Amino acid sequence: MSDAILNQAYDVQRVREDFPILARSVHARKGKPGKPLVYLDSGASAQKPRQVIQAMTRFLEEDYSNIHRGVHFLSQTATDQFEAVRAKVARFLNAPNDRCIVFTRSSTEAINLVASSYGRTFLNEGDEVILSIMEHHANIVPWQLLQAEKKIVIKVVPCDEDGVLDMDAYRGLLSDRTKLVAITHCSNVLGTVTPAKTIAKLAHERGVPVLFDGSQAVVHGMVDVQDIDADFYVFTAHKLYGPTGLGVLYGKYDLLKKMPPYQGGGDMIESVTFEGTTFKAPPSRFEAGTPPITEVIGLGAAIDYVEALGRDAIAAHEHDLLQYATQQLSQVEGLRIVGTAPGKGPIISFALEGVHPHDVGTIVDQYGVAVRVGRHCAEPLAERFGVGPTVRASFGLYNTREEADALVQSLQAVKEFFGA
Amino acid sequence: MMDDLRELYQEVILDHGKHPRNFRHPDDANREAKGENPMCGDRFMVYLTLKDGVVDDVAFQGRGCAISTASASMMTELVHGKTAAEAEKLFHAFHELCTQDEPDIPEGVDDETMEKLMVMSGVRQFPVRVKCATLAWHAMNAALHGEASASSDQF
Repeated sequence: MSDAILNQAYDVQRVREDFPILARSVHARKGKPGKPLVYLDSGASAQKPRQVIQAMTRFLEEDYSNIHRGVHFLSQTATDQFEAVRAKVARFLNAPNDRCIVFTRSSTEAINLVASSYGRTFLNEGDEVILSIMEHHANIVPWQLLQAEKKIVIKVVPCDEDGVLDMDAYRGLLSDRTKLVAITHCSNVLGTVTPAKTIAKLAHERGVPVLFDGSQAVVHGMVDVQDIDADFYVFTAHKLYGPTGLGVLYGKYDLLKKMPPYQGGGDMIESVTFEGTTFKAPPSRFEAGTPPITEVIGLGAAIDYVEALGRDAIAAHEHDLLQYATQQLSQVEGLRIVGTAPGKGPIISFALEGVHPHDVGTIVDQYGVAVRVGRHCAEPLAERFGVGPTVRASFGLYNTREEADALVQSLQAVKEFFGA
Repeated sequence: MMDDLRELYQEVILDHGKHPRNFRHPDDANREAKGENPMCGDRFMVYLTLKDGVVDDVAFQGRGCAISTASASMMTELVHGKTAAEAEKLFHAFHELCTQDEPDIPEGVDDETMEKLMVMSGVRQFPVRVKCATLAWHAMNAALHGEASASSDQF
């Protein structure tokens, strides 16, 4: 299918009507109208469609109860709906079955779970974990905590000037000492999509399992964990147009089965006595305590929403926005885009010569344009490109070319302000 | 709306941001402290040369946004020649101006100094930028007290 055909079918104005917040303005003051919101920060957190908001409201109003416990009507109803979303997430990732899907609080918690449960059990002093330079802090710090405890060694795969992962360096880092690879599937700063399938294949040749941080990747394209052959794959609901407070860990069942619990509590045990406790099988083993039930229902609605629009159609729309915005931004004098890897996701980080990103962010905000400024929780990467903090515009399924234009116009205002 | 921006980025602030004064590391500095804003990575070193309880020299180095750089630059001009006690009083006055709608200014700050401090007070309309404006001031105050650093996490 060509982009043109897909884009004809993709009615972004109609899509925008599904997102109530996009109709608001910002910075309205005492009788003065505000500026229409131009939300270019979906990479930090995406806005929610009415379908998600209503699914959560409906669940709370009609079917809410705790799950996996009661014999009463509502508990069964709520449990059925909750578990149906687990099956839906499994289909969404093309996981072999829903027992491989663990609900967590966030991507961050999912990675911590693997570092803590798998890492503490199977990694020992001198063992190596391979990360990449473009990791979010969420995929760095859990391994550093493990490093402090178990004296493991962290190796880092670099990237080139475009932000492409250096696969030769990766091959060189893989060794008999490598015990785990944990790499992003799509950089939250550069937009780079990493060659997940090759990364996994090379690691598997040495019997090394691989974890992918898919927080950005699942939003912008198809993810097939069996095709990639991921051992662990994590993502978060709130970047996928769903609620906060909910993440997902996919794990191959054979791996999950041999991992000890991450946290102790209710819902994860078979029996408890003060002499000893036996634990349930995964995924329950890793879901101690009452989970975010309503949020899981919201994630189900978010998956339905993106699948109804069509994940290919969304990716094509976002690709068009990326190309258009890249082209327009490139014409701004003194603007340098950081991250130009082929096939990247719709994320554009940039520096504007002579103006600090914080000043850029404050000024474009006055024009209604919401962007992220700073180091985007990826401090080593900011150092790598020698730009320090940057401005990041990230596009979602509801953004338009006009919004890219609004960003460029507001940047012109920044330049006038600073005489840059 | 744009008035607030003009208030925040006054000409004098843009000027200090672009051409910071006392942007150097004095050889005879006997106090120094790092000011750090972990959110954006802005980082300044503030150097003081205290002689007989007087700020004989004050300077800074580092990188930051227009607001934090201008504020650091103006801080060096205001604190220079003051006693340690006066410098600390200025820090408190400035902090009040940046954070309080009805600032409680310590006594003994003269009108001319107040006017200079007031230049930065437009930052009050931009709460997330207050930490930028106060960063170097916190570092200066830390240096006065012989502390090695000030992090905006603790402001």
